[in-house]
This record gives sequence, structure tokens and C-alpha cells, in this order.
Amino acid sequence: MSRLLSRYAEAIYWMARYVERAENLARILDVNETFSRDSRGWQNWQSILQINRDEERFLAEHEEATAEAVIYFYTLDQRNVTSIISAVNQARGNARTLRPLISTEMWIQLNIFSNTLKSIAREDLSEPRLARFCNQVKEACQTHTGITEGTFYRDEGWFFYQIGRSLERADQTTRLLDVKYHLLLPTTATVGSPLDVSHWNAVLRSAAGYHAFRRVHPSGMTSADVAGFLLFNSRFPRSVRACVHDISNRLSQLRSSYRLIGGAGALEELDELRTVLDDIRIEQVIAKGLHEFIDWIQLKLINIHAELGTAYFGHLAPAEDVVEQAV
Amino acid sequence: MGQAVAGPLSAYDPSGFYCEMLGGNGDSAGHTQAIRDRLNGLDLDVLRGRARDAELELYSFGITFTVYTQKDVIDRILPFDVIPRVISAETWATIERGVTQRVTALNLFLKDIYHDRKILKDGIIPAELVLGNKNYCPQMEGVDVPFGTYVHINGTDLVRGDDGQFVVLEDNARCPSGVSYVVENRHLMQRSFPDLLSNIGIRPVSNYGQKLHEALVETAPQGVSDPQVVLLSPGTYNSAYFEHIFLAREMGVPLVEGSDLVVENDKVYMKTINGIDPVHVIYRRVNDEFLDPEAFNPASVLGAAGLMRAYAKGNVSLANAVGTGVADDKAVYAYMPRVIQYYLDEEAILPNVETHICREPEGLKYCLDNLDKLVVKPVGEAGGYGITIGPRASARELEKCRADLLADPANYIAQPMVNLSVCPTVTEEGIQARHVDLRPFAVTGKSTWVLPGGLSRVALIKGSIIVNSSQGGGSKDTWVLE
Repeated sequence: MSRLLSRYAEAIYWMARYVERAENLARILDVNETFSRDSRGWQNWQSILQINRDEERFLAEHEEATAEAVIYFYTLDQRNVTSIISAVNQARGNARTLRPLISTEMWIQLNIFSNTLKSIAREDLSEPRLARFCNQVKEACQTHTGITEGTFYRDEGWFFYQIGRSLERADQTTRLLDVKYHLLLPTTATVGSPLDVSHWNAVLRSAAGYHAFRRVHPSGMTSADVAGFLLFNSRFPRSVRACVHDISNRLSQLRSSYRLIGGAGALEELDELRTVLDDIRIEQVIAKGLHEFIDWIQLKLINIHAELGTAYFGHLAPAEDVVEQAV
Repeated sequence: MGQAVAGPLSAYDPSGFYCEMLGGNGDSAGHTQAIRDRLNGLDLDVLRGRARDAELELYSFGITFTVYTQKDVIDRILPFDVIPRVISAETWATIERGVTQRVTALNLFLKDIYHDRKILKDGIIPAELVLGNKNYCPQMEGVDVPFGTYVHINGTDLVRGDDGQFVVLEDNARCPSGVSYVVENRHLMQRSFPDLLSNIGIRPVSNYGQKLHEALVETAPQGVSDPQVVLLSPGTYNSAYFEHIFLAREMGVPLVEGSDLVVENDKVYMKTINGIDPVHVIYRRVNDEFLDPEAFNPASVLGAAGLMRAYAKGNVSLANAVGTGVADDKAVYAYMPRVIQYYLDEEAILPNVETHICREPEGLKYCLDNLDKLVVKPVGEAGGYGITIGPRASARELEKCRADLLADPANYIAQPMVNLSVCPTVTEEGIQARHVDLRPFAVTGKSTWVLPGGLSRVALIKGSIIVNSSQGGGSKDTWVLE
């Protein structure tokens, strides 16, 4: 067996990231639709633009952030690189590069998925039908994950797949939390109100975490509980801590199983992030500012990504600002 | 002859051409009887329904035209026709021997012209035709390749005229493509028409990848015990990328692009997640001029700088070798029967299409005397440019052709029109005759192996003899009977 080419390692990593990204985008849109059914509806759609730092790009082409325009922008707009269809196209493009390595079933499913999205009309996305669309995307992404689990040969490439998926998932969970953070800002008075709780409830459900949360917190629901759960619960597969532990374990296994020289820098970054996630309490986070904490995690994830790039993908050691655009 | 069955083939008419299914010229093609009976047992609508299923499968597989947006058409395949082209065991035995003979001669010819040039000194073929050929590669002079194998993979384009004889239309000794369709078409037929194939006794094609890998390993640089083979592709946007994937998977070797390779101390390496690893054999699907920006086109990013240095030192093997284009050139083609005679002391088993070499006085005279019956081709051009088809040309066109011939006779060859054989094909109007050609693939390491069958291309447009996919061509599964 020959060693995995750097180019393939990177393509596998990105294929996993893009599928995970598409799934999470669907989750965020889904939860946001729930939020937007109240009086602050328009703000909610604008907040999605904010957390993705897409306001400027969006407003360059649209007069205002109507629900319809934002939904299209994030679902079927192929000109928008952060839309679901763009993520799926990117995943398919990487899969095409990876055809010599991945299973035929993985390729066919992604190919059909991408073709299906191209056949959906803009009208099919009006708000009442958005939930159905989001479910369709989630299901296709999960089908991909399942096919991969059952058919992808478990050599070095498989580790890069797992690392890419967990890294993206960690990042996306922080974004999901950030949606809520933005909602809270203008009217802090409603924190803890029934309306607020229903929003946290929706956040949990969009991460498929409601039932798991209830097992840990059988009664009641506070902002701190939910944020703490999504950040730190080590048994919930979408929590930031679980994902970071997963990346860390996979990377260690990868290095030892295949006697790889590079990757120490990424492990150092992971150790630092993991230690904080293991030790810090949600009350401390809230006291310092949730948004700032999330920003710090995202920065760490960017650093890990950059370290993987130089260690395995043949990237040059990045200058500070090059890292940002790669993510 | 079997009794008449009122099936989909009953109304089929080969329109006077030699037919791959029904024969002709006194041959009743008894070997296809069982297949004809089975086809006739199927309803035309059933046949069409299964053809549609096969198309859908190709679409899901991502190797057919995408229907939604034209700009995404980067994965394309020849349209597939479900009625197979059948070749008898006896006929195949001749083709196999003929192709092997031809490849053997091509390799001896290439070794000779890049070393001693005996064939030029003996005046069998004009020296300027070879040495002045734009595909002649001076960098290959004196370079030794393992077993003298220059053409590891060869595609010989054959057509069958009214008399049912196979003749060679063209040699493809550079990067011949199409073999993936041979194997995939068979898989598609096995899934769509298991009832048509069962117990017929068809020679398998699925071991092509193994045979190719064996040949590539054989021709690795001397002294390398466990050679690393890679397939070098121009990348995902190349029209044959699907085939590159297919071959890399079948052989279990990495599919690399130029950017994955690096040459250090005249040795070739690939960039992996743990640094660089040595590469010994490159099955390259990149043309000569893009292989090495140091040696050839300096703007190329598809190859690796220094590759030719490593190659000349014998540190890496390339399949096919560099500089094989001089052997499959139209001008050299005309001399192939003499080249075979010269090196092997044998008659060509598969004859050329009768070719008149206008640089020779008798060839020129025959050509000028029969201009309205011949196809006149300039030798330097590719892709059908500058061809005059005598029977279809106007008086003025013929006069221009005559003037061109007299001005520069060495630039032309002339051939009679060949009536390509036909094969029953599913069309909108029912089953109709369409013209076909055949490209068998030969793989050569220490010795030559020919894949049973080859790519049958079919001109789907009524009356057309152009089988290229860009101009309405499709493909069929090719069955060589046991």
C-alpha cells in the first residue's frame, strides 16, 4: 500500500467538512424559521447573515434581508459560496477528485444529492416548505455519513474524514449558539422569559439534543444549562467538547498507527482547547461573555485547521491572515 | 438459418452493408443466431425500457451528460446502445494475432529509429518522413526502455468493409482512450440484460486492470523489487478523467496530478502526508509536450519539472514511452505493411486500408488518375482537416486537390472510400442499421496481451460514418465468443 497523497488527504477532509456544513446550515435555517414566526422575525434572518459574516455580500445584491431572499441565499443560490447547494457541490467536487479512493456508493449518493438540489425550484422554498427542504438535506447528509461508515476503507484517509467532520461540527455548534447570542442582545429583558425558553428549546431541537438534554436536566431550562450542554457535555455527539475530544483522539491514533512525523502543532492547539473545555464552567463563560468565548473557540479551530494544512496537506506555514480565508 | 420470429429484429434491414449481426458477402453469421433469437424474444418497448434504465444508471453514476446545466458537463460518456456487437472466435483469433503483430512491429520500429536507424539506412521508409516528423522526439535518441517496450498500451482502429475483412484505419500509440467504456459497457449489459448474456459464452473483459498493472510492473526500472506504479492524469476537468479514475481503481494505484510529483536528484517522488515517497512507473495520460516543463512546453503545469532527466537515467518508466507519436502518424501508417515485413519477415495479418503514397511516382500517378474515386489526406494534419473526398467533391475542389498534389506530393496519401460495416441499433424509428468501427486494446510488458473485444463505436446519426462522440457517436458492448 502506498501512502496517502497530501492532495487526497485534504480532499477527504474537505468532503467531510462540506457535508457536515450542509447539514448544519440546514439545522440553523430550520431553527431560525421557528424563531422567525414571532414579532422579531426580520431580525432573525438578519442575525444569520451576521453570524456567517455575510451581511456585506448579501446586501451588495439585495435591498433588504427578507425571509425569502435570505432563505434563497443560504439554500439554492449557487453564486453564494456559503449556501447549502454550494457546500454540497463542493463536497461532490471533492468526492469526484476522490473517486479513486472512496466507495462507488459514496460517490453515487453525493452525485445524486447534488443533482437533486439543482432540480429544486426557488418557489419550493417558501417558508412553510422550508422545514421539509431542511429535513431532506439533513437526511441526505446523514445518508452520506452512514454510507461512509459502512463502506469507506479505514486507512489514513478515514482518519482525515473523521477529523474534518468533527472539526466542522464543533465550529457549526458554536455558530448555532451564536444565533441565540445575537437574538438576546437587543432585548436582554426577555432572558428567562417563556419566549426565550422556547427559543433555547428550538436550538436544542435543531441540534437533535432535546432528549439528551432532558436526561441531564429532567426539569427546567435555563440559557446557561443549554449553552453549557452544547459546549461541554462529553456524551452529546454535537457538543463542542465531544467533537474536540474526537479530533484529538483521531489525530493521535492517525499519527501512531501510521508513524507520521507531522501534526505535533495541531495536537498542541487541541490540548490547549481541550483543557479549557474540560475545566471551565458555563457560569464563568457567561460572566466573561459567551460571544467572546465562542470567538476564542473558533480561533482555536482555525489554528488547528492551519496546523493540519502545513503538517499533512503540503501547505506552506500560513501567515496570520491567510488562515481566515481558508475556513 | 433459424425460423423467422416476429421480434424487433424482423424488420431490420442492413441496407446492403456488411452487417455485424447478419453477416454479408456470403457469410450468414451463424455465430450470432442464439443472440438474434433472444433479441427477437424481447419486445421493442422492453428493449427501450431497459435502455432507459441503463441511461439512468449512467446518470446517477455521474458519467453521462448532466441534464440540468450545460456548464457542468464535465463528465461525459459515449451514449450507449444496448444491442451488442458480436465477434466470432475465429475472427477474433485473426484480429488478436494481427494486433499483436502490429504492436510488435511498432515497438521494433521505435527502438530502431531512436537508436541505429537501420530501417532508414535500408531505405524502407524515407528518413525525412521520420526525422522531420513533428512527433519525432530527439530527447529519446539513445534512451533505452525496458524490453524495448515503447507502446505499452495501443489502440488499433479497425473497420470492416463490404467484403467483411477487417482492415486497419489507424494506429493509436500515444495515449489511446476508451478502454473503460469496454469494461463499463459490459457491466451495464450484465445488469440490464442478464437474460441476453447467460450461457452464450462471452470472453470476459474485467481483468484489463490486472493485466495492465502486471505489464507496468514488468517494465519498471531494473533493480526495483516492489515498484510503485501511479497514473498521471491532467486532472478532474479532463474529458477522460472518468477513465483515469476507472483505471487507477482497477489497478489499485494512486491517481496523481503533476502537482503531486516532485523530482529530486533525478528521481521521481510523490507528495504524501508523511513527506515524499518514490515513484517507479508512471502510466501517464498526459501528452508528451506537457510532461516536463524543463524538457518540453515550459508553460505546462500538468507534468513535473525534471521528469525527462529521471526518465533518461532509467530511474522511472513511462507508459507509453515519450516520442511514440512518430509511429502512429498518418504518413508512417502508409508504410506499416513494409515495416512489418522488414522487422518480422511476415505479411501484415491485418491489412491497411489500401493506401497510395503520393511521394512515390506510381502512387501519385494512380491518385491523379482516380482522383474522383479516392479520399486524399494530407499527412501532417489531424482531425480530418484538408481531406478531399473524391466521390463527393465538386469539379473545382478536385482541380484544387490536383494542384495541391502536384505542388507537394509528399504531403499526401490517398485511400479508397471504405463502406463501414453496420450493426442493428436502437433508434427512435425502431431498430436500424448504423455504421461501427472497432478499437481493440493491446497491453505490452515483456509480451503483448490483447483485451478480447475492444471498443465498438457506432455512428448514431443515420448514414453517418463518423463515430466520434463529439459528432453523434455512441458505443456498444463488444462480445467475443468463446
